[in-house]
Amino acid sequence: MEKALEVSGLSISFGGLKAVSNMSLTVNKGEIVALIGPNGAGKTTFFNCVTGLYRPNSGTVRLNHPERGEIDLKGLAPHVITSLGLARTFQNIRLFSKMTVLENVMMGMHSRTKAGIFTALTGSRYARAEEQRIVDESYELLEFLNLQKLYKANAKSLPYGDQRRLEIARALAAAPLVLLLDEPAAGMNPHETLELKELVRQIRDRFKLSVLLIEHDMSMVMSLSDRVYVMEYGSPIADGKPADVSRDPAVIKAYLGEEYNA
Amino acid sequence: MYLIKRSLLVSIWFVLLTLPLLAVKVDTTNETLIWRWENMLYVAVSAFVLYMLWLLAMRWRSRQRRSEELAQPRVHNLYSTITDNKVIVGAFNLILLAILVLLPLLSSGYQINIWTTALIYVILGLGLNIVVGFAGQLVLGYAAFYAVGAYTFGLLHQNFGVGFWVALPCGAAVAGFFGILVSLPVIRLRGDYLAIVTLGFGEITRLVLENWIEVTNGPGGISNIPRPALFNLELSDTGTAVWVYYIVLLFMLIAFISLLRLKNSRVGRSWIAVSEDETASEVMGINTTWAKLTAFALSAVWAGIAGVLFATKTRFINPDSFTFMDSALFLCIVVLGGMGSVYGMLLGAFAIALLPEYLRAFSEYRMLLFGAAMVLMMIFRPQGLIPPKARQYRVSKLLGKEAQS
Repeated sequence: MEKALEVSGLSISFGGLKAVSNMSLTVNKGEIVALIGPNGAGKTTFFNCVTGLYRPNSGTVRLNHPERGEIDLKGLAPHVITSLGLARTFQNIRLFSKMTVLENVMMGMHSRTKAGIFTALTGSRYARAEEQRIVDESYELLEFLNLQKLYKANAKSLPYGDQRRLEIARALAAAPLVLLLDEPAAGMNPHETLELKELVRQIRDRFKLSVLLIEHDMSMVMSLSDRVYVMEYGSPIADGKPADVSRDPAVIKAYLGEEYNA
Repeated sequence: MYLIKRSLLVSIWFVLLTLPLLAVKVDTTNETLIWRWENMLYVAVSAFVLYMLWLLAMRWRSRQRRSEELAQPRVHNLYSTITDNKVIVGAFNLILLAILVLLPLLSSGYQINIWTTALIYVILGLGLNIVVGFAGQLVLGYAAFYAVGAYTFGLLHQNFGVGFWVALPCGAAVAGFFGILVSLPVIRLRGDYLAIVTLGFGEITRLVLENWIEVTNGPGGISNIPRPALFNLELSDTGTAVWVYYIVLLFMLIAFISLLRLKNSRVGRSWIAVSEDETASEVMGINTTWAKLTAFALSAVWAGIAGVLFATKTRFINPDSFTFMDSALFLCIVVLGGMGSVYGMLLGAFAIALLPEYLRAFSEYRMLLFGAAMVLMMIFRPQGLIPPKARQYRVSKLLGKEAQS
């Protein structure tokens, strides 16, 4: 299988604290990979390193770009990484609250559009055409996520589950090769979680991308992901097929403690 | 009952507080004390009434808040119906433009002078709104860029005899250069720190202008700055004032239209995104450094243009016109008009520039009224007089459907 994203030996420490140490992870094309671990294991820090918000101390992050081959993303600015094909959502929803639903999705297309100050000032035909194109494309994305009726509403006025899906729409607008979802099911009820699971599959099939997700909902992880990586205290402790990982003694220990013997 | 009790307490407290100041007076010639009890009566009554009004207003506000929370967000209120209607907005624009164009024909030199200042304030408000309202970067030294523009013209004329039309782009460019220069260290800062640095820059500029006497002539300033030429015509004093007014109006319109365009563009959206959540914007592919840099530069360019216009209008500039008070005033225009709002700048600038002129009778209490107005604004309408409006987008797909149905 062809690799889409390959992280190897990634480490970052804040002062004396090693938040992530020697973490390696591979996402193949078209795969859905889950990253799990107890709270504070360093999963979100790992995401922040991959997307460029944090600068890792060591390791490589290789993205397989269809036109430009393998690119090392380590040390690049977040906006460059996004334009190369990595988009993410946040654990604590970070929508633009002053903007409408449609505008939030349009923001996601920023890296794919070009109009600058001068084209905007002169109101050039190019800028107007581009603007119309992203309005229409954003609306189509909203239709895909069944949010199109709310496109005029303020982003913050949406119900919680819709805000989560809007974040996914915004990330999809960047046309990523790999989509990183940080706890997409957090705070959702079982019914919504089920819908979300189906949605992630649909996204993968329709946009032909790979998904890397952090998740705590085990039923979702087990049934959705092709492979699972487990982290504890910043280090990888297990990886493999969901069924194998769930029987791994190290994983059971990490989640349930020393005394638990099944 | 509660109202009266509280107001009574407040009024007694105020009487005690102001007793030594307003009631007791030492007559130095006769070496006696004069008790002015009638002053205490004024203080007591006015404190009572004002505090009661204050409490009533707070009650009204909390009731309004509660009803807003309970009710579904109203999509169609009167304000949005009016502002969504293109015909009404167009007519409003036309009437406003007609008033501004016809104004100098109907008024005296004094009036033209005031209105020219007001229009310069609009340009400054619009310019500052780019960096404060859109990009969300609090700048407390905006007068510095204004000064750079004005002094560029003044010095170019003094040393090289440069005229208005050549100085205008020079002033804009130099101010823009300073904008970029300041933004370089400032870009990494957020919130309070940014405000302090820009405040410092404003003070540095003023102090340099005051103390570098060989170049800037210090507090003496630069005089005899020329008025813009009009095809070698000899104009009377009023004539040149009118001509300057129209030039300022022209640049105000350019600033206005360019801001409207920028606001609804990819660049404007990226500024607003940066102002809301820098991390999220970075991850959405926005180069936040570039976004802030352009906002600073563009904002400074408009201040530079306003500075050149100011220099040619007053014909004399000195550091007193570019103090921290002026920076604060420009910020007030933005806050009063509504951060991120383009139409709001008109109202904000007119209020700040014109009210003190037309309320000369109360000129002693100007700062007092000003402060009170600001406090009331922040409590009752923090979003400004004319808050920015969400843009209406036309989705191609929906246009077809609406036409069918």
